[in-house]
Amino acid sequence: MNVNVGMADLMSLAPELFLLGAALSILMIDLFVSQQRRGLTHFLSLLALVLTAILTLRPHTEEIRVFGGMFVRDGAADLLKVAMLVTMAAVFVYAKPYLRDRGLFVGEFYVLALFGTLGMMLMASSANLLLLYLGLELLALSSYALVALNRDSSLSSEAAMKYFVLGALASGMLLYGMSMVYGATGSLDFGSIHGAASLAYENRNLLVLGVTFIVVGTAFKLGAAPFHMWLPDVYEGSPTAVTLFLASAPKIAAFAMAYRLLGDALGPMALEWQQMLAVLAVLSLAIGNLAAIMQTNLKRMLAYSTVSHIGFLLLGLASGTNDGFAASMFYAITYAIGAAAAFGLIILLARNGREADQIADFSGLNQRNPWYALLMLMVMASMAGVPIWVGFVAKLAVLKAAVGAGLLWLAIVGAVFAVIGAFYYLRVIKVMYFDPPADPEPFALPDDRPFRILLSINGLALLGLGIFAGPLWAWCLEVASR
Amino acid sequence: MSALTLGHFLGLGALLFCISVAGIFINRKNVIILLMAIELMLLAVNINFVAFAYFLGDVAGQVFVFFILTVAAAESAIGLAILVVLFRNRSTINVAEISDMKG
Repeated sequence: MNVNVGMADLMSLAPELFLLGAALSILMIDLFVSQQRRGLTHFLSLLALVLTAILTLRPHTEEIRVFGGMFVRDGAADLLKVAMLVTMAAVFVYAKPYLRDRGLFVGEFYVLALFGTLGMMLMASSANLLLLYLGLELLALSSYALVALNRDSSLSSEAAMKYFVLGALASGMLLYGMSMVYGATGSLDFGSIHGAASLAYENRNLLVLGVTFIVVGTAFKLGAAPFHMWLPDVYEGSPTAVTLFLASAPKIAAFAMAYRLLGDALGPMALEWQQMLAVLAVLSLAIGNLAAIMQTNLKRMLAYSTVSHIGFLLLGLASGTNDGFAASMFYAITYAIGAAAAFGLIILLARNGREADQIADFSGLNQRNPWYALLMLMVMASMAGVPIWVGFVAKLAVLKAAVGAGLLWLAIVGAVFAVIGAFYYLRVIKVMYFDPPADPEPFALPDDRPFRILLSINGLALLGLGIFAGPLWAWCLEVASR
Repeated sequence: MSALTLGHFLGLGALLFCISVAGIFINRKNVIILLMAIELMLLAVNINFVAFAYFLGDVAGQVFVFFILTVAAAESAIGLAILVVLFRNRSTINVAEISDMKG
């Protein structure tokens, strides 16, 4: 393999290289900024994300492969990266008042999150097992450290330890699968693996073993049942600002990983992984929805609801068609937007060092502040899949793809659990509108105008994207067709 | 040397991998043992990669091993850092006692 790195190679990597440079610069600049002027770090991080998004959106004609085919820049990579960057920008804006209230407003949060974003972008663009693994680890290691951000909290450190051990186990499983796939196909390159997998007959068993381990590792990272044990504890134990981060953009990255590994590399093994994903999807839908009903902690409830949403995402992947991949991509992106709004609202209510992570904290919200109660209603309705909200469009697309691929029984299971799942979302709405408020005083809103404006836009976007779903859906469909 | 085939190496890798998974799930005593099990798991994968690379006559697998070793070092650094934080907050590193959150 002859690798000549030229200007064209580096130009294709411009967004990643820029983000790397920006993250390193912010790390240095932050050292010289006093605590009163920490807003500078916040501003620079947002600026870095915006500029990276602009660099990502530079038009290019066809699929570009650089660095000996390791790095691919195609439509899917661009769309996923822009979605990640936009959600990360929302994460930064929402996190600021929370971090400031708790004395956690430190540069580390921004630098680690930016490095995590870089890892996610590499995952979305990887065309080689090595690059995928490195991107994944960059994201995972940043996330472990972020969960432990609140060093004095016993719950935080417990969550970090659980996340670390199970995350490392997942990476180990994934790597073991990768080694098997490498042994069976003789290559780390996705294109060569794809070619060898469609011809492999003598190494078939080795390859199937590798696919199994890769699916297990991916399921761990996605948080699909029965590999979801870490998710509720990590969501509950992390500072809410970090939960907000974990719940949004990394879900898009996990989808990107599944898309690259299962679609680009192991497409010819679809018959094998389709069955595994179907089982994972059913388990996730069942366990996620049923366990969420029993929760009183909103963060924990949203964690189990994530498991059920991952079930829907897997439903689209399990169909293995272009429509299925497009539907899952749409689902991942819109879910990340919805999750950002949900945790943004939890942060909004968490004032003066007090957390608002119990469902009871939302009781009578309508009397205290009708506008934010309406926003929470929108988020819950979207997650429940009520028509005209974007969650409905996403669920419909996934179910359609499953039916189109002949997985009718899977689509029926999905629809049934969507109805069961609606219960706990509607319960939050009921609590907000019909229960007497625990504290009748209108609560003090954070004096952070960008936060309030973006949160409102984010909530309304769930409605807007639901009514005008066409362009985003067409974009997903266009980039997912190979 | 013809006695050693690819199967032997894969068997060793699989054995180490199983030991490490068992170490993670059976161990209820000490978090440090968990970290050791995680390290062992990555080494099991390394044996696989080196064996495949040798028998396939392809260096890419051996290059991968260097990256895994580097990442493993970073990973244990973070793991130990989290362990220190955990011990400071709880004065214990007993796995069975790290269970405040359930449900």
